[in-house]
Amino acid sequence: MSDIQQLTNFTTQVRRDILRMVHAVNSGHPGGSLGCAEFFTVLYQHLMVRKPGFDMDGIGEDLFFLSNGHISPVFYSVLARSGYFPVSELATFRKLNSRLQGHPTTHEGLPGVRMASGSLGQGLSVAIGAAQAKKLNNDNHIVYALTGDGELQEGQNWEAIMYASAKKVDNLIATVDLNGQQIDGSTDEVLNMGSVKAKFEAFDWDVIEIKEGNNIEAIIAGMTEAKAKTGKGKPVCVLLHTEMGNGVDFMMHTHAWHGKAPSNEQLENALNQNPATLGDY
Amino acid sequence: MKKYENQGSKDTRSGFGAGMTELGQKNENVVALCADLIGSLKFDDFKKNHPERFFQIGIAEANMIGIAAGFTVGGKIPFTGTFANFSTGRVYDQIRQSVAYSDKNVKICASHAGLTLGEDGATHQILEDIGLMKMLPGMTVINTCDYNQTKAATIALADHHGPAYLRFGRPVVPNFTPADEPFVIGKAIMLNEGTDVTIVATGHLVWEALIAAEALEAKGISAEVINIHTIKPLDDEAILKSVAKTGCVVTAEEHNILGGLGESVSRLLALNTPTPQEFVAVNDSFGESGTPEQLMEKYKLNNQAIVEAVERVIKRK
Repeated sequence: MSDIQQLTNFTTQVRRDILRMVHAVNSGHPGGSLGCAEFFTVLYQHLMVRKPGFDMDGIGEDLFFLSNGHISPVFYSVLARSGYFPVSELATFRKLNSRLQGHPTTHEGLPGVRMASGSLGQGLSVAIGAAQAKKLNNDNHIVYALTGDGELQEGQNWEAIMYASAKKVDNLIATVDLNGQQIDGSTDEVLNMGSVKAKFEAFDWDVIEIKEGNNIEAIIAGMTEAKAKTGKGKPVCVLLHTEMGNGVDFMMHTHAWHGKAPSNEQLENALNQNPATLGDY
Repeated sequence: MKKYENQGSKDTRSGFGAGMTELGQKNENVVALCADLIGSLKFDDFKKNHPERFFQIGIAEANMIGIAAGFTVGGKIPFTGTFANFSTGRVYDQIRQSVAYSDKNVKICASHAGLTLGEDGATHQILEDIGLMKMLPGMTVINTCDYNQTKAATIALADHHGPAYLRFGRPVVPNFTPADEPFVIGKAIMLNEGTDVTIVATGHLVWEALIAAEALEAKGISAEVINIHTIKPLDDEAILKSVAKTGCVVTAEEHNILGGLGESVSRLLALNTPTPQEFVAVNDSFGESGTPEQLMEKYKLNNQAIVEAVERVIKRK
């Protein structure tokens, strides 16, 4: 089986996890999670240098910070299936006494999570601090971050974007999930941000676009290019064009599934479009 | 009563700067972050001696708190520095999520707290910060009284794991605590033993409490004075032991009456031994421009105000 086929199978199973987790508690955010399934899979199964086990300091390995914490289902599924905690624990998502809180947290000690996120706009700053700590530690590994596109409406991001280039934080790859949707509608309708690319370039970042953000090979190519641009004096931004709800036909091309769980029938329909590959939790 | 000598007035923020200078030499994991206020926070020496561990963030406090949280992931011990207002109210959600809820070992160090910031006025004179910070689960809250104590607290914080808020001020005030006094987080310091009333004071009001105790002694009232540098966790035992003896208490702080040290003491007493209490604190208002002395007099935060509060509370015994 090719590497790409393995990654595809992994992604399909992640989609099933997302749908089943959100359905089980009738809450959560499936749309953005489904749209980022390929990205997380490539990150954790192909791209990142990871040590076995988990420690908070993460010295000697690449780090990832999720800023748009509401897409916790995809994060949890990929962390579990990458060995950070038992896959069976996905069944506790959003339930009482779970380590899998609605939004990710370090508070319950879930391996793989290094910061709480959910209140938007904070993750990029944290990733910058972790990247600068790596430089102080002479740790030649990369810090990855993911933010939503609607999330860029939070002003703290622009403080962070200005800082990262001014201070030459060039061991940082910040990806923006450009799905063009947010809770109240399209990002253009809610608050048109113009060209995100032009904005990052104006702030003196190296910018790479991945036009097919739900295509594993395109993500690998784009992220490999991004990695090659690290260490050259500029922070690197990846604009990842994804489709919210990708992989489930009735969840695509709309913001309606940003934060809504499928019914029993809708779940069955969605799962039929994503047959099990690695076994359900 | 026991006499305390002013060893030479200094600002508490210079105590912070001196603490940072010493920490820079003895703990290589300590990093300092500042939001365009190096001189005000007395970061000059740390910056000069350890430029690689000093981070000028610019006027972007939210980003500073987030970056500090990120530094802890690499095992660093970040100390952030700006005015108290911009250290807390401006960045409350960043502290709540990225520091407190994430249990990050960030030290939020805040100068120019309270009315004694003076002429800049109410935009800068935060009187709500102790309340904001003490409500965060897991947050240690410290308000120091003089140069020596601020220096000692700064150094002690580096060895304490967990989020902490260190509050100090702008003006030059008497420096009277011993330079070699150990700083134990959460442990109150008994300054003067007395039998008629307990005065529990924090920050700049501690010296005022000592002056008040002298004036009260002249009136035949024996005041016990406790220096509460750590508001959270509160030294319950020291306060309960004292009020068991005196039967009444006055709390004194440069903070709003709502949410400060006084309310923490009230909660403790209500749960254990309901006791008459009077508050020396700002009566739920904003500050204004003026000299520190004028403001402390107008808002009744000086030694005379403490004496009056003691006379009121003793009548309620």
